[in-house]
Amino acid sequence: MTNKFKEFPGTPLSEGDFKEGKILFYHDQMKADFAWDTGVAIGSYLAALKEGYLLGGYCQTCRKTVIPPRTVCEWCFRPMDSYVRLEDTGTVNTFSLCYVTWDVKRIKEPELPAVIEIDGASPLHGIMHKLGEVDPEDVHIGMRVRAVWKPPDEREGAITDILYFKPFKEGES
Amino acid sequence: MAMRKVAVVGAGMTKFVRRAQETGKELAWHASRMALESCEMTLDDIEAVCLGTAPDSFDGVHMKAEYLSDGAGAWGKPFMRSYVGGGTGVFTPIQGWYHVASGLFDAVLVVCEEKMSSYYPHGQAAFMTIFDHTTERPLKPNLLWIFAMEMNRYMHTYGISKKDIAQVAVKNKRNAADHPCALLGDPEITVEDVLNSEVLAWPVNRLDVSPVSDGAVALVLAAEHVAKRITDKPVWIQGVGWNLDTAYWTNRELAYPRYVEYAARMAYEMAGIKEPRKEIHIVEPYDPFDYKECHHLEGLLLADRGQAPQLLADGVTLRDGAMPVCPSGGLLGVGNPIAAAGLMKVAELYWQLRGEAGARQVPGQPKRGLAQAWGDLMQVGTVIILGTNP
Ligand SMILES: [Zn+2]
Repeated sequence: MTNKFKEFPGTPLSEGDFKEGKILFYHDQMKADFAWDTGVAIGSYLAALKEGYLLGGYCQTCRKTVIPPRTVCEWCFRPMDSYVRLEDTGTVNTFSLCYVTWDVKRIKEPELPAVIEIDGASPLHGIMHKLGEVDPEDVHIGMRVRAVWKPPDEREGAITDILYFKPFKEGES
Repeated sequence: MAMRKVAVVGAGMTKFVRRAQETGKELAWHASRMALESCEMTLDDIEAVCLGTAPDSFDGVHMKAEYLSDGAGAWGKPFMRSYVGGGTGVFTPIQGWYHVASGLFDAVLVVCEEKMSSYYPHGQAAFMTIFDHTTERPLKPNLLWIFAMEMNRYMHTYGISKKDIAQVAVKNKRNAADHPCALLGDPEITVEDVLNSEVLAWPVNRLDVSPVSDGAVALVLAAEHVAKRITDKPVWIQGVGWNLDTAYWTNRELAYPRYVEYAARMAYEMAGIKEPRKEIHIVEPYDPFDYKECHHLEGLLLADRGQAPQLLADGVTLRDGAMPVCPSGGLLGVGNPIAAAGLMKVAELYWQLRGEAGARQVPGQPKRGLAQAWGDLMQVGTVIILGTNP
């Protein structure tokens, strides 16, 4: 560093300084409630999930099928031409075995998030979801998976209408 | 384009710590004051202030720029915060650069601050809000997921092992042992330590990740006629670039950061660099995770695809190698107060190119360095090139 500075500012505190009340602090929680509009394209996507299928969008100019669907094609900036019904099967593009929850709690059985390339969408076009009914040791990139749906009367038009994706062999229903 | 030359003429930083007693304002002020003192300037000499800080959700403070403004010396001056996620720390000096290059201002203070510790009990949970509220958040995603999945895709695509990548964490934490502000410098750390650390989200172990931290960094930028009056060793901003990839991060190849390549090409063109591997002497790529250093070196065209780990195995990226990478110790070693961490990399180039990096000084009188940061949903690339020649 510049030779003028031998000491650098900043005073480290430890968790103990808070617990033992060695410093003053103010603790409060914010409660923040929101109701997000789904919008046009995602509204159609959620309606399809409620019906038990995956919906994509197609741009004729770019010849791309994307998921989730959207109203504008970001490559050519034209409106998407149509919605297309896609398979509820796909291929694991990548995955993790996660031992930490979103709010940093440790868990023994890992969550299995994955990016799943959906059959019928353009190559590399997938969604993030979770894997299930599989030994974490057996999960691999390239694994073929199929959606496991909630029963129809329990679906509410949400991404969680798919419980998870599970492995299957071609030819099995 | 008729643009003026711009130099970095001063720099300052606080220690990076897990929790600072100082508020964000106080950290910003310490770094700003140090930057000004380093070049014997006062706030009266500064015509505009550029501030970088990451999401308001960390602090629970709305309009953080205005909240931080007194510490950043912004009162009564043209002032604006820029924010591009983790890319902010390298974007903010780019904002400062165009303030001066345009002719609008002769001297600008660039301040980046982050206080991640206020979010309780751990800043990680604040990242939930970066995911799409309707299609992703109901799955309760964790920020680690996307990094772990990108790392897995990178390893799978090129056949790279966790051990190859763990070497990066070892290099950077060892380099950081020579940084007076570092949180996690460790001269003794080994690859086994990294591989045996707790598995958070396979393939990511605890020591593959940089720690959340508090800290601030500041730079003073000046137009040529002012810079030459202030110092006989100005460090010139030779090129800048930035680029954005699709927000639909599950709709693209994760193994290669093309947005980093586009940002780098913009900066290389501006700097007149034809052969970056020969013309860049020091690299400070963004390393919040060890694989990201490799990923980014490839996007910067400084390593062939899938070959960045080999450069380290060959010793090329060590501090005394042919192309030192993260001689500062990087985010893995110095710490990761997001926006401040990016600007720390630019400050490191400034000190290295002036020969003032002390125990961290790379040998051979380097003439040119590149710093890069990256952020949002793995989609933003920001690049700056500094050199001893205007
Ligand atoms: Zn199109």
